[in-house]
Order: sequence, then structure tokens, then C-alpha cells
Amino acid sequence: MTGERFDRFAENQSEERRNSVRGGAKASHEARTRAVHSDGLDFDRLRSIAARIKQHTLDHLDAYLQEATAALESRGVKVHFAADAEAACRIVTEILDLRRAKRVVKTKSMVTEEIELGHHLEAQGIECVETDLGEFVVQLAKDRPSHIVKPIIHKNRAEIAATFESHGLGPYDDTPEVITRRAREFLRRKYLTADAAVTGANFVSAQSGRLVLVTNEGNSRFCLAATRCHVAVVGIEKLVPTDRDVGLLLNLLARSATGQRLTVYTEFISGPRGPSQLDGPDEMHLVFLDNGRTDVLASDCRQILRCIRCGACLNVCPVYRQASGHAYRGVYAGPVGAVLSPLLEEPRHRALEKADLPRASTLCGACHEVCPVDIPIEELLLRLRDRGKRAGATSPGTPSMRAWSLIASQPDAWRAALSTGRILEVLPSWLAPAPLRTWRDNHAMPPWRGGAFRRWLERRRSPDGR
Amino acid sequence: MKPTEASRRVKLMATCLCDLFFDDAAAATVEVLEHLGCTVEVPDNQTCCGQPAFNAGDWPAARRVARHTARVFAGDQAVVVPSGSCAKMMSHGTLMLFEGSAEPPAPSMTSRAWELCDFIVHGLGVTRWPGTMRANLAWHRSCHSRGTTYGEAAVTLLRSITDLRLVEFGELEQCCGFGGTFAVSFPAISRAVGTLKLDAVMAAEPDGLVSGDMGCLMHLDGLARKRGGRKVPVLHVAQVLRDALRAARTEA
Repeated sequence: MTGERFDRFAENQSEERRNSVRGGAKASHEARTRAVHSDGLDFDRLRSIAARIKQHTLDHLDAYLQEATAALESRGVKVHFAADAEAACRIVTEILDLRRAKRVVKTKSMVTEEIELGHHLEAQGIECVETDLGEFVVQLAKDRPSHIVKPIIHKNRAEIAATFESHGLGPYDDTPEVITRRAREFLRRKYLTADAAVTGANFVSAQSGRLVLVTNEGNSRFCLAATRCHVAVVGIEKLVPTDRDVGLLLNLLARSATGQRLTVYTEFISGPRGPSQLDGPDEMHLVFLDNGRTDVLASDCRQILRCIRCGACLNVCPVYRQASGHAYRGVYAGPVGAVLSPLLEEPRHRALEKADLPRASTLCGACHEVCPVDIPIEELLLRLRDRGKRAGATSPGTPSMRAWSLIASQPDAWRAALSTGRILEVLPSWLAPAPLRTWRDNHAMPPWRGGAFRRWLERRRSPDGR
Repeated sequence: MKPTEASRRVKLMATCLCDLFFDDAAAATVEVLEHLGCTVEVPDNQTCCGQPAFNAGDWPAARRVARHTARVFAGDQAVVVPSGSCAKMMSHGTLMLFEGSAEPPAPSMTSRAWELCDFIVHGLGVTRWPGTMRANLAWHRSCHSRGTTYGEAAVTLLRSITDLRLVEFGELEQCCGFGGTFAVSFPAISRAVGTLKLDAVMAAEPDGLVSGDMGCLMHLDGLARKRGGRKVPVLHVAQVLRDALRAARTEA
């Protein structure tokens, strides 16, 4: 068996799982296509503006971080900076410990997945309840999310119903309405007894310090209405300069992620509750997380930090559709994950462990085509392949390019190969080089015509024509 | 770009795949260009654009080949390539390879490389193809045409051919799964993606499958012939253009 471990993972998945992922991704992609081409939108123009907004913010991130911090503090938010996952988890634990918090409710957030905050809190004896339905199912099943937006895209409802049954959430019933109602009843009790809420943020306006949080289930609203302490963990790349910029990005995010014009719930959070507000946290913290992002910012792959986590690149990706999110062995799956995961591992010197991910792409560029912030993902994948190779990564199954490049840079050698290459065609299977064998396992070989075009040219050039 | 006498003196990059397997696609390209009044020079020292090594992440090897290719295609003529991915390699890819390099090789090649249909439509300004072909053809938009005008140019030409009908098929935006060395280092995914594409094409029951990239066609045709059953002839867009010209001449 030749080929990459990623490929074997994809091949060994159950047909059922592959169909769930492919079907879910395709449906989301089709919804997105309709949404970005409706309401008279000029998607390409909007995304180029969005890309410029995000890139501009990244290029001046130091200034915007300062501006945001000042704005947040003036609204009574305590701002923290975490260099890495460990620091972020420690900061959150300290905040919760001071309040003697024993239970927190949490909204869906990629960055908290990235730092494994939930596991960390559980290890400290703090119950951490995922309140997004998909993440709740993942938590119950001790599974891992396999998609940025639809964490249980790999599951069908029978699996979910079985998980609910085994966790005492009622007898087996796979009716979607029943599943949702049971989760809702279970989670309502958790909201009312939680000591704090942990969220991420989709955007933070540097100008106003406003946090923007989108959900489709309203769980963010319950989290924030029922608890007295709000801790938001936010990657430093989530900043945008002004409140006005948020409008465009929200529009692109919802359409690209789920094909909606706007998510059902969009929270604008301006700090802890004021004197006139009855509900809501009276203590609010924001933890800005670096965790490798400044290294990415300094690299030639910095455009990836524009990402707004819409998942459109996963949905359209032919490789993701076959492999599912778990093949990417990390929090970020699909094309964006193939770029981000190895980069985020670099400060820990573990980039080589993820060096196969940038290779897991046909470089078709469909990801770039749908990206609402115009990230040239295929270009970044190419850069990371070069970077991985220079760092010593090897690719099982890929033919050596060195020997080939020597022939292809010497015309005499090339012409000689044109006349002798036919030998590859007749080589018995066990003598053929592995890549050729793999090719022939799946494909009929095209007939060898080495040099035939050159001979045709010569015949045309010769005076008698033949 | 306005067509000038100079721009009708072109060099042809036949591509390594045509040099090794698909000579008729290269020959068709020559005939198509000559029909347009071009003088076609085919440098004998040409080999490959360097894309296999570039995509495989072996950039030192890719630079070696790209340097050679830039030398072979030095000058001021347009370099016409019957492949979107090779044309992109000779422009965008080569620029990436030598980004920040003290000695970029023949930088002008990167601005003279044209994909065939793009050259015809946007270089020479020809938007109607004087040919005829009684066929229903499926057009596979090869992925390297994304973000370029290659695909739109090919469709413009194909649509203008008398009696030729382009048939629609599902999931046009999806890749064929080839990806160069991807097909051998990720063979299971490559085959699965290619099979979906084949099934979508077959469902539309075309008389042939056309693309501007022999790589995609080699992959899809190889898969189809290996699995047996129904097959569909594959054609490079240059072959369609040439055959349509010949048919028009015969009818006239």
C-alpha cells in the first residue's frame, strides 16, 4: 500500500460517513452559491473589499490591538493577552476560580477548540457545557468536530439519537424535532445553574471595542442572559477597524457559511451590563490569543489570517468531501486547515507532523474561488509544500523530482528519454517504479507517443512532405 | 492587446504530456494557430514547464526546469501553450518560484505565456470560430482556468462553432481529482473524485468530453478505460477547433 496516511484514512472511512460529509458539504455549497448571487450582490467586488479590510487590519495589528484594548477597557471589560494555549487556559481558569465557578456554559468557538479549553476546565473540576447543538452532540459522544461550521456533518441522525439514548436523554428517537427539544430541555437547566459563560467572537471592532457573535440557535443569548460572568477568548486576527466594517463581513459570513442573508442571532456586546440593564454579566473579560498567530503574520502565508471561519472552502473542496474533517487531525479541517494547522504548529516545532496536509489537495483552487476574503489558498498550499520539503518532510508515493528535473533541464537527455520512455509501458508490474504502479492500478495507460509530435513537425518541414 | 504582425509570430510550448502521449493535441494546436495566420516556431530544446516539481513541493528542482524553459522561450514572441495549467505555471508559477530571487530567469517569459484559447480570443481578438461540428460535447472547466479568462475564452470559441452544442453536466465547479502527483500520492481520493466527475459527465450522454488540459483528460480517460463499461471520447479543445475547421472546409 503506497500513498499518504491521509489518503488511507479517506479510503478506510465507512461509505455512510463519506456520504454524510459529501452530502452535507454539497448542500451547504449549493446554498452558498444561491446566496452570494442573490439580492443583486456583486460577490467578487464585495469580497475584494472584505479582503482589503482584513488585510489592512492585519498589516496594522499592533495599532488596532492597542485601540481595541483602550476601547474595551473604557467599557469596563478586563483585557488579557495570552501568548499560547497554556497561558489562555490558565487565565480563564484563574478568572473562574476567583468566582468559585463550578459550571460554565459555552458557545461554539473554534479558538477554544484550538486551545482545548473544555478539556482543561474539566481537568480543573469545572464542568464545561457546550450549548451549540452540534458541539453538544460532539461533547456527549466524546467525538471531535469535523467541520468549522457544522461540527457533526459526519454524523447522521440515527447516530445522534443513539448518543442521546445512551446518555439518558430519553428513549431512542431520531426525529429531528425530538432531538432538538431534548437538547433544549437539558441545556436550559444548565444555563440557569451556570456560574459563567465562555464564548469566542466572530469580530471585534477596534474603534468601539464591540464584540460580535453570531449563532443560529440563540444559545449565545441564553449564555449571556443567565450568567454573571462572561469570558470571551478571541484570536488576535478577529479585529476589524470599525463597527462599519462589521456590516459587510457579517453579510459575507452568513451567505458563505450557511447560505443565509444573516445568521438568526447576531449579538453586539458592548461590555458588562450597565445600571439600566436587568440581565447579563456584571463582569466581562476578553482574552486575546496569539498561539502562533504573530509567527504566521511574519510569514509569507499571512493572508490566511484573514479567514472568517465560514467553512465555504471545506464545503466546495473535493478532497474534504472525500476525506471528512477528521482526516486533517486537528481543529481546522479542509483547505483552511491544511494551511493553518502546520503554521500554528511551527512555534512548537511540530509543523512536520502536519506537513502532509498542504499536499492533500489537487490545487484546484475552488477554495480560493469561494473565499469571502479572497485568500489565495492554493498558493499558500504550494508555499507550505516547499517549506515542508525544505524542513525535511517526505511524501510517500510521490516520485522523486530531482532525477526528473535533471532530465527536463537537459534537452539531449529529454530527447533521448522520448525515444526510450516506451519501456515504462512494457515494464512488468513488479519492476515498475511505485508511482507508475499506483497510476496503473487505477488508470489505463495512454499509448506512448514519445517524440511523435516532433516527427510530425519534421515531416511537414521536409520539402517532399513525407 | 491589439493583434499586430509581431503577435502573430509565436512560439509553441507543446507541453511534456503532448510530447510524451498526446501528439495530436499539439499538432492540432499548430494547425489552429496557422489557420489564424500565425508563424509557429517550436523550439526543439523545450522539455517541460516545471509544474510537476513545483506542485510536489520540490522547488529547487522546479527552478532548474523553469530556468531551462525560460531560456528556451527567451525573446519577444508570445508563447502559446495548449494547457491552462502549464500556461499558469509559465506565468504565475514561475514568478512564485523566483520571488525575491537575485537572478530571476528571463522575467519577460512570464508576461508572454498564453493559454491557447485565451491567446485566440484575448490576444488576437478572434471570437467566432469558422468551423462546423455536429456533436454534443461536455466541456470540463479545468481548474487552472479559475481566476483567469482561459475558460470563458474556450467556451466562447466552442459555442461559435456551427452545429456544436455544449451539454451541461452536474457540479461543474468540481475538480477531476488529477492534481499531478496527487493522483499517485493520494490515489484513493483522486480516483473517487474522478469517478464522480466521470459519472456526472456520462449522465449527460455527450458525444465527447472536451477540456483545455490534457492532464485532466488523461486522468478521466484512464479511469474510464480501466473500469470498463461506457466510455466517452476525450478531446483537447485544439482538436475540436481543428476538426471543426476541416469539416467546414469539406462541406464548402
